[in-house]
Order: sequence, then C-alpha cells, then structure tokens
Amino acid sequence: MIKLMAPGMLFIFLYCLTPVAHTEEVSPDPLDSVMWKEMRRSLLGDAPVVFDDQVRVLLPGDAEDSMNVPVLVDATALGKVTRLLVFAELNPIHKVLEMEPRQSKPLIGFRIKVQQATPVRAAALTPDGQWHVGGHIVEAAGGGCTAPSLSSDNEDWASRMGEVSGRLWPGDQSTRLRMRIMHPMDTGLVSGIPAFFINRLELQDNAGDLLTRLFLYEPVSENPVITLDLPKLNVVKVQGEDNNGNPVQARILAGLSGDKK
Amino acid sequence: MMPVTQLLLFIVIMVMISPAWGAKDYGLTPKEIAPGTYVLLGQNEHFNFRNGGNIVNTGFIVTEKGVIVIDTGPSRLYGEQLRTAIGKITDQPIVKVFNTHLHPDHILGNQAFEDIQIAALPSTIEGIREQGELFNDSMYRLAGAWMAGTRVVLPTQSVNPGVVDVGGHRLRLIEMDGHSHADLVILDQTTGVLFAADVVFHGRTPTTPHADVTRWMQALDTLSSLKFKLLVPGHGHVVSDSLPIVQTREYLEWLINRLSQAAETGQTMAEVLESDAPSSIAKLAVFREEFQRSVAHLFPDIEAKALGRGRVEQD
Repeated sequence: MIKLMAPGMLFIFLYCLTPVAHTEEVSPDPLDSVMWKEMRRSLLGDAPVVFDDQVRVLLPGDAEDSMNVPVLVDATALGKVTRLLVFAELNPIHKVLEMEPRQSKPLIGFRIKVQQATPVRAAALTPDGQWHVGGHIVEAAGGGCTAPSLSSDNEDWASRMGEVSGRLWPGDQSTRLRMRIMHPMDTGLVSGIPAFFINRLELQDNAGDLLTRLFLYEPVSENPVITLDLPKLNVVKVQGEDNNGNPVQARILAGLSGDKK
Repeated sequence: MMPVTQLLLFIVIMVMISPAWGAKDYGLTPKEIAPGTYVLLGQNEHFNFRNGGNIVNTGFIVTEKGVIVIDTGPSRLYGEQLRTAIGKITDQPIVKVFNTHLHPDHILGNQAFEDIQIAALPSTIEGIREQGELFNDSMYRLAGAWMAGTRVVLPTQSVNPGVVDVGGHRLRLIEMDGHSHADLVILDQTTGVLFAADVVFHGRTPTTPHADVTRWMQALDTLSSLKFKLLVPGHGHVVSDSLPIVQTREYLEWLINRLSQAAETGQTMAEVLESDAPSSIAKLAVFREEFQRSVAHLFPDIEAKALGRGRVEQD
C-alpha cells in the first residue's frame, strides 16, 4: 500500500503522525515516568512547574519493606514554601501527604507503603506561584498497599489507637519533632477492611498558634512516624483526626519521661 | 546511532559475558579444604541476574558411609549442579543433607535432594514452611531465569543438637540463634572444620532480615570459645583463624550503636540510610545495600523505644 504512494505523500503522511511538541514543558521529566503528565494535570493544575534539585527527596533505591519505605522531603533550599505535596505515581493511591509548612521548615520525614516500583515525588509551591518538583524512583517487590496492616490482625490495636509518643530535640535554629501515632492506616484496598487513616494533623505551640498543618492519605505507613523541624519551643500540641472522626490529641514536651519536672 | 558492525559486536560481547543468555552454569568447583571436606565458594555479592543467587558457601563431607551435604544453594539448578559436582568426586551415595537455617540461598536447592533425608532445626523447618514461598518469589525477582522451576522443599527431619558419628567423622551439631531464629553450626571434630553457617560472614556485610543482634553477638562469643582448625563462613573465604568472627561482631556492634545513636539524636529513617561508617566496615562487600536493608529491619523498633522515652501528655 505504502509502496504505491508518491514519496511526497509518504512524507506528509509521516509528518502528520509526529506529535506536536508540548510548548509548556520546560524540561523533560528526569525520571521519565509515564504518569508524570497525568500527575501534573491532576495534582498541580495549570501552575508553572520546574524540576528542581533543591527539592531533595531522600529514600532507599530498593524498598526492603514495601509497607515501610522511609522518605525525607527537604525543600529548605528554596526558602519560603507555602505548600508541599508528596505523591507516589505508580501507587494505586497517588497522593501521600500534603503539608502547609507555615512556621515549620519545608521538611518532613515519614514512611510510605508502595505497591510496586514507583517514582516518589515532592512538589513545593513557592510564593511566586511556581511548583518546584524533585523525586526519586524506589524499586520494590510491592504489595504494600494491598497487604493488611499488622494491627488489623491484632485484637487490641483499638486500645492504643491515636496514642502519641514522641520527643523534641532543641537545636540552635529550630526544634526537631519526631512523633509516632498508633493507627492502622488501612488503605481500603484489602478486601473486608475499609479505608481507615489519619487524614489531618495540626501542630500548635503552647498558646494554640498554628505551627504547621498536614493532610495524610492512605499510603502513609501504619503507626505513622513523622519528623519535622519546627521553630524553637518546648511544647508542641498535636491535634488531628482520622477519616472516621477519631481524634488525635497530645502534647509533646522537651526532655525525657524520666526527667524531673 | 551505532553502526551495524558495532551493534553486532556489542551483541556478541553481551552474549559472551552474560551467562544468563547461554546455558546456565554456576561453574561450581568444590575445593578440598581438609580430608574429604569440600567447600563451594559463592560470590561476595548481592543476588543478581549474573550470579544467579550463588552468593553462598555450601559444602560436603565425604565419609566411608556416604556423603553429608551442608546447604543446597539458591535454586533447583544450583542443587542439581551441586549434586553433579559431588558425583564427580565420589561414588559414595549422599546420606544426609543439612539446612543450616531458613534463608533462600541455603535451602532452595533442596529440590535436587528430595530423595534424601534433609535435616534442619525445628524452627528452621517452621520458618521455611511459613516464608519459603515468599523467598522463592523474591529470588525470581532478584536472580531471574536461574530460578526457573524452583519450588520449596521442606526439610524432612528435625536435628537434635549433639555429637553424631557418620562414617568416622564426629560431627558436633550446635544449635545457635541470632542471625535467624535457629542457626545450625556444624563442627567436624575429626577434621577440625567448623561450618559456621551465617553466624559468621567474612569480608561481606552481614544480613539481618531475621536477626536478633544481641543474641547473635552472644552466639559469636560462644563460637570463639570453640576449638577449630578451619572456619567455613556462610559467606566469604575459608580461614584458619577467628578473624571473621571478630569482623562479624565488629559490624554488628557498629550497626546497633549507629542505629541507637541515630534514634537518640532525632535522625529520621531516611537520613540514617546515609550514615558514614569507619573504613574497616565501609570496605565490606555490599556494605551500603546491606546496611540500608538492616535499617529497614532494625530501626523501626529501636526508634519506637527511643520515642517512647519522650514526655508526652495524651489530652
């Protein structure tokens, strides 16, 4: 059939098949992910986007435990950041968490469940309306999102649900907070176990002023362990709830439990 | 664009250097380390498509009353090629196979010895029953086509620790734990060869997927008190001194101290992955990969304890 066409016709025919270059794309996706365009459209909208090494995403190259892949997102190099969005592109549930840093550094440590090898990305919105995107690929055997939580197999998980443990480490410029909240964080992708996860957390200072706000989604690991760098302070109030309205409420104080008050 | 000749040359070279493209051969060459005692050394690497999972040391002892095999390797193919290699050295029948512990590189060759008694410690048998299929699946992911046709074959007999005499070899079967829930160490008191299994690593970073590090260090202390002439580690070269025992202990001590210190100073898990190590530890084969795996295995518990010591009021 093609043989019969005049060469000029063939050229035009092939030319028509060549996709038109997308003018908005500033640089090609460094992770070369098939999902990137869809992620950008659905999560970042029409705002300008740039791939930026100043958004550091630290995670292992290979997930030893696909239910608990440690991640540290650090966008402090950008200066002020108004929103931080973390997503795992090839997870059945893409959105991992969202942060309004406010008084906190734009830095957060946590663990996630991954269903298969996937890019894990963080997008940081600067006040000029520009998204800065960094990320890495984690290799994984998978199954992290469709495996039941350990607590769903444990009869007394409910008695400790919402319980907070944690510590403050005062530094020169900021205070590091690390906390662990007991919660199954079920994804809803396991037959017979509905989605059940902490979806909102606010950290406040002792006077009740908002330090930072977090929105968590299903991929955050069971019994979330969260690391933040907050302003210098000695008391942090934690307030939040899960998608069933169960509250999380605690106050984390500097020092160790054995210390005299 | 690569010219056609270069491309062809590239393909020819790839075929030559990649055993996965030709007939698969682990190239097992038993080395006699003591009278009738042979070891097959694996690579000090991580599982990959080139080594086909052969990162492990297996061994066998030829006695007057038959051959005793210690561990069967990572795949059906390895087991078969091990059996062929034994047949080239002796006409004696294989009378017993030991699995030192549950890990896949030590037991997935069992299939080639299904007609023989395979013995292991009771917790090892239980562990293989529970996790064998999971291991087999992940070995396919890591070692690829070398694993073809491999299935889990459970040991058929429980090991009773103590001394047994097989064809003139007095074997002391020692039950330990720490590397896994049950680690079988075999000391041939006749030749002085100590098959230390994965309680001892030599020149390679120890692995911790089922480790209890405190128990493991105690096991190493017990091992150092044994009299032996040659030590066969689970991974790495055979030696006549206790250097690999010291090396394994040094690594475990460093590992547990590093993780505790990280948890006490507020490091997040992803930061811990980047930890620096002294050169004597960083130079161990596959250090970074195995250390990062160990962070996944061990850090969450250590961290939970450290966070549990904080001052928190539940409102």
